[in-house]
Amino acid sequence: MECALDAQSLISISLRKIHSSRTQRGGIKLHKNLLVSYVLRNARQLYLSERYAELYRRQQQQQQQQPPHHQHQHLAYAAPGMPARGAYPAPSDFGLHCSSQTTVLDLDTHVVTTVENGYLHQDCCASAHCPCCGQGAPGPGLSSAAGCKRKYYPGQEEEEDDEEEAGELGAEPPGGAPFAPCKRARFEDFCPDSSPDASNISNLISIFGSGFSGLVSRQPDSSEQPPPLNGQLCAKQALASLGAWTRAIVAF
Amino acid sequence: MIPGIGTLTQDTLWCFSQVKGTIEIGTTEADIISTVEFNHTGELLATGDKGGRVVIFQREQESKNQVHRRGEYNVYSTFQSHEPEFDYLKSLEIEEKINKIRWLPQQNAAYFLLSTNDKTVKLWKVSERDKRPEGYNLKDEEGRLRDPATITTLRVPVLRPMDLMVEATPRRVFANAHTYHINSISVNSDYETYMSADDLRINLWNFEITNQSFNIVDIKPANMEELTEVITAAEFHPHHCNTFVYSSSKGTIRLCDMRASALCDRHTKFFEEPEDPSNRSFFSEIISSISDVKFSHSGRYIMTRDYLTVKVWDLNMENRPIETYQVHDYLRSKLCSLYENDCIFDKFECVWNGSDSVIMTGSYNNFFRMFDRNTKRDVTLEASRENSKPRAILKPRKVCVGGKRRKDEISVDSLDFSKKILHTAWHPSENIIAVAATNNLYIFQDKVN
Repeated sequence: MECALDAQSLISISLRKIHSSRTQRGGIKLHKNLLVSYVLRNARQLYLSERYAELYRRQQQQQQQQPPHHQHQHLAYAAPGMPARGAYPAPSDFGLHCSSQTTVLDLDTHVVTTVENGYLHQDCCASAHCPCCGQGAPGPGLSSAAGCKRKYYPGQEEEEDDEEEAGELGAEPPGGAPFAPCKRARFEDFCPDSSPDASNISNLISIFGSGFSGLVSRQPDSSEQPPPLNGQLCAKQALASLGAWTRAIVAF
Repeated sequence: MIPGIGTLTQDTLWCFSQVKGTIEIGTTEADIISTVEFNHTGELLATGDKGGRVVIFQREQESKNQVHRRGEYNVYSTFQSHEPEFDYLKSLEIEEKINKIRWLPQQNAAYFLLSTNDKTVKLWKVSERDKRPEGYNLKDEEGRLRDPATITTLRVPVLRPMDLMVEATPRRVFANAHTYHINSISVNSDYETYMSADDLRINLWNFEITNQSFNIVDIKPANMEELTEVITAAEFHPHHCNTFVYSSSKGTIRLCDMRASALCDRHTKFFEEPEDPSNRSFFSEIISSISDVKFSHSGRYIMTRDYLTVKVWDLNMENRPIETYQVHDYLRSKLCSLYENDCIFDKFECVWNGSDSVIMTGSYNNFFRMFDRNTKRDVTLEASRENSKPRAILKPRKVCVGGKRRKDEISVDSLDFSKKILHTAWHPSENIIAVAATNNLYIFQDKVN
């Protein structure tokens, strides 16, 4: 299918639709929002797979330049089973590995529940590379946030191998979960590439305001991070944890 | 040609009959027609609009003098069915738009119909009054109460003829039973019950009881984060009062038997066609969502409408439809822009003709399409003011997909996507169709030879 829009534009358009549906007359239309969330998932999947493909290519290039004994570290960043473009696993396959705060209002019981670190464990373990099931390194294409049950603690030193990995990428600070440097690298790699849409996405997210404050501030130690470029980080986080809060919107 | 039983060969020529509605360019949104329905005899035609009004047209008796002009539909009754409401608990405004109208079969002199908005179903009684009582003792001629002390004689009130007045009164209000937006209502063949369906639940009502309903389908997941599909339409079987179907946003249809259990969460039959992987796109989920489901009059088939196709299913075969008709496949390459402008979410309806031999559905640019199931011919017609001379024959339209555009064809890029035909209705026994084009209602009839 010929499509003039790339994944990022689709994501921003979809977010806009969800946002405007909240102020629409007659209340949020569950059906339409559900369909929009499917488009969001498909677009996010493509977007992430493209980004990780890019990252993988860069890793490969660096790997060729590095001494061989570090190669095994980079296997952690291989993206096995990365979904091929055009193949979109069902939303449940993707998993909701999101350490975000989602607030859901049940329209029937009028109960408001806030879910912290809302991973759905069944989805988590269904994926082949689920870290919390101890099955190996998280595949970046499958685990979209900072890993299940791992927090991104920049500036802290944890396992040595993580340190090395961090060092490999030249990402700072060292330490943190194996995933964190990857995330940082992604972040740094793509800052220069940031298109207007990424800032659109971040703007939209800031527009959403309090409903997504949990999302924005989900890293409790984020004060240790360098403050600028919050917009970009926000956008990447948003993309990473899209699943949880689109569900939350749908739940409304 | 036997009315209603015909084929879409060159025999059938559709002619303009009437158009209702204003011509002005700046249409108010309230006038947009949101539902069209003939009653069981075809004598009455009801429309509902976004402003919550219902307009009922009645077919005039055919006169021997004007044989060439079959009965025209004239306004019979107009009333405000639903008003905008505000749900204070959830801070939500409830739209007054009429989502569906369904007629009850006529059992006495009065007509009854169900009309629904997003939250409330109402039963309306439409009756004629052509006599007026006169000569009350306690009221004077203007209706004011008289002082009983001034009454010295008693008289018996008599009924005197008056100008025909059609009055509509709400007889039942079925409220507070739906958390989500009602998309369908369907009268059961037992004429005692009906169902209302919203995104996640279907309720069964008795016409006489407004403060209770039975929940017969509930697909709400325990955790709303696991929601993957919603109910999009539902309908009772035309003859078997225990059977109904409902369609989903995932392109599936479930047939349920109420005798099996009180809560019909487990379907009796499940109709699904495997997806063609070569057609996969960002928007696959959207275009496979079913917007309408209709039983055939025979009860043997169901017809479903998704964004690009109409499908006919045999109740006895669940793994694929028996017929698939492309409504406007040229839009498949335009899905991106249709997503941007929200057109991809348009919910088109579909209808059977009286004999189940022809099916009809709407498209864009005020086009609507008919498919003859026997001859496999199809035709595209347009509802426009330009073809609105009385008994003017509608010329078939054609959309040019690529390459050279012939003189009468219209190219895909010239289609007006703001002119969409979502709602159509077919007379139960004759070749008379009603087509809603935004705020105008067109009535077409086949040419009487």
